[in-house]
Amino acid sequence: MADRPGSSVIPFAPTPGAGGELPALALQGLVIERGGKRLLDGLTARLPRSGITAVMGPNGAGKSLALRAIMGLIPVNSGAVWMHPSVAGAVALVFQRPVLLRRSVRANLAHALKVFGVPRRERPQRLTELIRLGGLTNLADRPARALSGGEQQRVAMVRAFAAQPRLLLLDEPTASLDPQHTGAIEWLIRTAAEGGAKVILVTHDNGQAHRLADDVLFLHHGRALEHTSRSRFFDRPVSAEARAYLAGDLLL
Amino acid sequence: MDPFSSAFVAALELIASLDPNLLEVIGLSLRVSLTALALACLIGLPLGALLAVVRFPGRGAVVVLVSALMGLPPVVVGLVVYVTFSASGPLGPLQLLYTPTVMVVAQAILVTPIVAALARQVIADLNVEYDETLRSMGTSGRMTIATLVWDARYSLLTAALAGLGRALAEVGAVMIVGGNINHVTRMMTTAIALETSRGDLSMAMALGIILIALTIAINGAVMAVRNGMERRAYG
Repeated sequence: MADRPGSSVIPFAPTPGAGGELPALALQGLVIERGGKRLLDGLTARLPRSGITAVMGPNGAGKSLALRAIMGLIPVNSGAVWMHPSVAGAVALVFQRPVLLRRSVRANLAHALKVFGVPRRERPQRLTELIRLGGLTNLADRPARALSGGEQQRVAMVRAFAAQPRLLLLDEPTASLDPQHTGAIEWLIRTAAEGGAKVILVTHDNGQAHRLADDVLFLHHGRALEHTSRSRFFDRPVSAEARAYLAGDLLL
Repeated sequence: MDPFSSAFVAALELIASLDPNLLEVIGLSLRVSLTALALACLIGLPLGALLAVVRFPGRGAVVVLVSALMGLPPVVVGLVVYVTFSASGPLGPLQLLYTPTVMVVAQAILVTPIVAALARQVIADLNVEYDETLRSMGTSGRMTIATLVWDARYSLLTAALAGLGRALAEVGAVMIVGGNINHVTRMMTTAIALETSRGDLSMAMALGIILIALTIAINGAVMAVRNGMERRAYG
């Protein structure tokens, strides 16, 4: 019922970086309070124009919440979200547990193309492309909700692709999948990034962050504690919390 | 023979003989009630969806009102429609009193709140599940409602069946606005009331048995179709 996510952002503009470059996405002091608890506690970050940013951190760090706030799905108490004009209005989100419509796979994707305003005459061809991209040719006419978790997540991924997103937000898309389906989803993530979309990937899977991420944003208690390149994050984490997280210690 | 067995035998004889009067009464009952249901769905389904999805001041009060109207007394609806369509009433010039058309109007008024209230519940439940996904896709309000109505279609069929049951079963409204005129506005329920008051209990019972059997048959058929289609759509 809301405006297209990303079409309205709170006025705030980041300053250009060293090379004069603006980020794809900038968060300025995001605060979300619920029941007296600060779930996001002044989250500030600027994410580079391209590539895959992994968002990591223990449960309750505010990773999923941050994605929903960026999407405009939940109100923030204060702070601002800024999107580069090249991505604003072309943002898609894939949830950890996808909610597919009670229709066939094909009808789910056709519905998305319609919602995203793809002209009617272009839809059949786009539909075929999406089905092929998701490896869903043999499943296209099956009821979407009868598919396995991994197959459903593939449908959800290409449904997001129907928006031709310039910014793709992924909330632990492989959290409950077996390695084979994880591989398929990771291939789709790479495809999106190589196609020029900025990808923000929330993940608990160190291996996945290793395989995919260009940079890592580490959250803890609703704040960004570290934002650095993947290799630096895994080899020389700065904060004690990130070191403990990578060592597998329980963070409270 | 006791009254029940004799009524049962009479019912079987009526059906077996394909009594033209009986078929006429059944036909009118189905025509009026199904038309009323179609009208009620046309108004009640979008209304229920709006109440489920759109937030506006006073929505809670409207929801309570619509739910309360599910219990509208048929005789009162009949009376109001009668006054409205009587010679001196605002719609008197249409001269529709004692016609099947006005019976459809009365039954549609009775059934619309049932369809709307049940549809609201079904769609609100589905919206809890779909809301975040549809909003994340930037779905427009109109498209959101269309999506929810379509995906809830099998549950909405149950709402429609509840409405049809109400229409087929009620006697008060059609009696008042239709007048129970033989060959013109006589329905199953009004015929039963008439035969009972005339003392022809076995005839009344026979009609009652047929009415109940008809209701069961319609429900059974719709449920069977629904189950088949649902399996194909949901897996």
